[in-house]
Order: sequence, then structure tokens, then C-alpha cells
Amino acid sequence: MTEAPTLTRPPSGSFIAMTLFVALMLDILPWQGSALLLRPDFVLLLLIYWAVHQPLRIGMAAAWGLGLVMDVADGALLGQYALAYTVTIYFTLALHRRIQAFTLWPQAWHIFSLLLISQIFILLTHLLSGANFIGWGYFLSTITGTLLWPPLSLLVLLAIKYKSQPETAYSSSRGNEK
Amino acid sequence: MDHEPFFKRGPSPIARLAFFGLLSIALMVTDARLNQLALLRQGVGLVLHPLQQVANSPLILSRRASEFFVTQSQLADENAGLRQQQLGNAMQLQRSQSLEAENAHLRRLLATRERYFHRAITVDVMSAGRDPFSHKIIVDKGGAGGILAGQAAIDDRGLVGQITRVQLLSSEITLITDKGQAVPVEVVRNGLRAIAFGHGQDNSLELAFMPVNMDIQNGDQLVTSGIDGTYPRGVPVAVVSKIERNAGYPFAKITCTPSAGMDRYRSLLVISVGESRPAAQVDKKGKEAR
Repeated sequence: MTEAPTLTRPPSGSFIAMTLFVALMLDILPWQGSALLLRPDFVLLLLIYWAVHQPLRIGMAAAWGLGLVMDVADGALLGQYALAYTVTIYFTLALHRRIQAFTLWPQAWHIFSLLLISQIFILLTHLLSGANFIGWGYFLSTITGTLLWPPLSLLVLLAIKYKSQPETAYSSSRGNEK
Repeated sequence: MDHEPFFKRGPSPIARLAFFGLLSIALMVTDARLNQLALLRQGVGLVLHPLQQVANSPLILSRRASEFFVTQSQLADENAGLRQQQLGNAMQLQRSQSLEAENAHLRRLLATRERYFHRAITVDVMSAGRDPFSHKIIVDKGGAGGILAGQAAIDDRGLVGQITRVQLLSSEITLITDKGQAVPVEVVRNGLRAIAFGHGQDNSLELAFMPVNMDIQNGDQLVTSGIDGTYPRGVPVAVVSKIERNAGYPFAKITCTPSAGMDRYRSLLVISVGESRPAAQVDKKGKEAR
């Protein structure tokens, strides 16, 4: 980025809730077939984002609650996503200082392993409850989620900046001369 | 009290992990083994339902738009096709009406009551199941619309599945191709009874426990036998597509292709077989249906 980094206000609780809500809506869009396999887990990505950047506000309790909502939305065994999300966020919290020290693409490698943990936990609960393994395509969503991490981080950062400078945002959106 | 932390942050991360992890596992065990969590699921589902409606709206809008922009020739073609189909159906209907009358007459002679009573509710498919491990779809009517768990769902070509979970405003149908789903069937050609299990992965079914020397051929039509009291009798289920007879195994491996369009339908019919209901209830429902 060319402009000088600006100090931003910490995101408000309602802003965090709003981003998680948008992620939930994206997750419950009617994905089908191969799109369903490619669908990154938006809710988990956002949970990881906030656990990395606001570890005191988004933790395992939020992960567990949203996991339960995802269980109902997916019609899955109750507790399946809740467990996977809780474990993933536990490791995220353990790694959050380390992740913060990297730039976006190296960060994505950490995110890859975190998403993989969640996928493996969901797979394990499925296998334990008697399902067949559906093939390696199941892990595609980990890859799409990893690729989505840098643009997603930038997007949330832009939104935070926009929100923390209402005057400049207002004037720049008003005067579009340049 | 000699070592109190300066910043209070509640229980340690590992304690939280253990708490939520154990809570999740307890939930899973309760849900899988005891089926005691319907209320919790319904509560969360009710909150989630409007969100799901909103999330589904782009798809529904695009469907409506594409329905709106069909060309006139397409409509004319479809009309002609439907008219022809109707002629064929009318002929069959007349035949089946006379057969039904004859059947009723014979039954009266035998002094048995009507064996089957069908009550049909039309439902629209809201979304395909979101879990790639199971074959399920969500439809737009639930307990409030008179859907009961255990009813059968059919489309215009055959059996689709069974209602497995009912919420207030939506319900979940497990397709017959799901791994855990079994349908009692019979072969139209010779009346041979069998059980068709969902394969779980491909869009196919398997006939289980059929000895190698059974009289079954490629292209045999399978219909529900109705002996389970769940599915009405005579609904097309599948067509036998592949038979592997291996002398090393006691049973033949018989693969079937489902008759219903497993991923194409939009509207389904949910029907129930009122065989085991008390008589009074059947009478009331009978009036509703008419």
C-alpha cells in the first residue's frame, strides 16, 4: 500500500457481529454439488480472522455457538461443527501472535493448517457415525479457504478503516473528482 | 492466594477447550444415540429459517426470471407434449379407475377394509442437503403444513425418499440413494422381493442379500412392495443397471439406477400410507383430502 498506515479504532462488537452474520449468510447460500465442495467455510474463516486480531473478544465460546448454528443449518449431527470450530479456534488462539507477525500470504499457510484441522475433525465425526469417505475432493474447501484468506483480510481491513474515518470516507465518496 | 494473576482472563484456554469439546461430544452422543435434542434443533432452526429464506431468494428469483423468459415456441412445444402425455394418462386413468372399482368391489366381498389410504401434500424443494456425506434435501413445508416424519416423497417418475426430520416450517427428506436408507422393493417382472439400499456415493442403489442364482436381469423394473407400511405399493423405485455374479461371494452385486430424477426435481409429493392409523383419524383426513 502506498499510503501511510493509519491508526484505526478497534472494531466495535457490533461490527464483528455484522461480519460474522454476513459470513453465516454466505455459508447458507444454496450451494450444491461441486460448488458445495468448493465452498470455503466463511464462518470459520471469519472466526479465525477475529481470533487472530481480537483474541480477547472472539474465542472458543463464540466458535462453539456459531458451530452449533452451522450444525442446524447443515442438518448435521449436533455438535459436529461446534467441536471442529472449538478445536480450530483453540489452535488459532495458541498461534495468534505468531500469525500476526507474518504478511498475508505466509499467514495463509497457517490458515491452511487451521482449516485442515477443522476439516479433519468433521471428517472424523462423519466416519465415526458410519459414513463413507467421499473422496479427496472433500478437502478442496480447505484450499479455496486458504486462497480466500488474503483478499478477505484486506476486505475486513478496508471496512475497519472506512468505519474509523467517517469524515474522510464521507468526503471521498462525495467528491469523486480524482 | 499468593499467586493471583494480574490480568483476569477467566479459565485457561485448555480448560475452555476441554469444556466446549466435552459439551460437543456429549451433544453428538445424545443426538446420535438418544434423539433427545429435537427441541434444541427446532429452536435454532426457527431462528435460522428466515435467514435461509433470504439466502435462497437469489436462486428462486433467477428461477422465476428464467420461467418468465421462455420463448413462445418452447411453450407451444411443451404444450403439445403435455397434451399428448395427457391423452396417454387419461387412457391409463380410465383403466385404473375401472380396476379400482373392481378391486373395491372384490374387497367388499371379502369384507376387508381399504388397505391403503393416500394423502398427498405438494412441497417445493428449498435446497439440496449441505452435507456432502449424506443425500438429503430440504423442502418448504414442515410440521405446520401437515408433514409427519416417516412419510414417503415421490416425484412424477418414482420414489424420491422419506421424510426423516420435521421442523415447524421445513422438513428434511433423506433420498433413497443415501447410505442409511433401505426400501423394500419387488421386481415387476416376477414379483421377486428384495431390499434396495442406497449406495451413498454415486447416484445409485444396491440390491442386498440376493443369492447368485436369483432370477434377475438387467433392465428389470423395481417398485415398492409396500410390505413395510411406510411406502405405498407399486411406486417405481429403480431399474437394474448392472449385475455382477461372482462365484466367490454368496450374494450377487446388483446395482440399480433410481427412476426418480434424483437431482432434478423442484416439486415433490409427500404421501402417507394411513394403514396403521386409528379409524376416526383416517375419516377426518379423508374429508380434508377431498
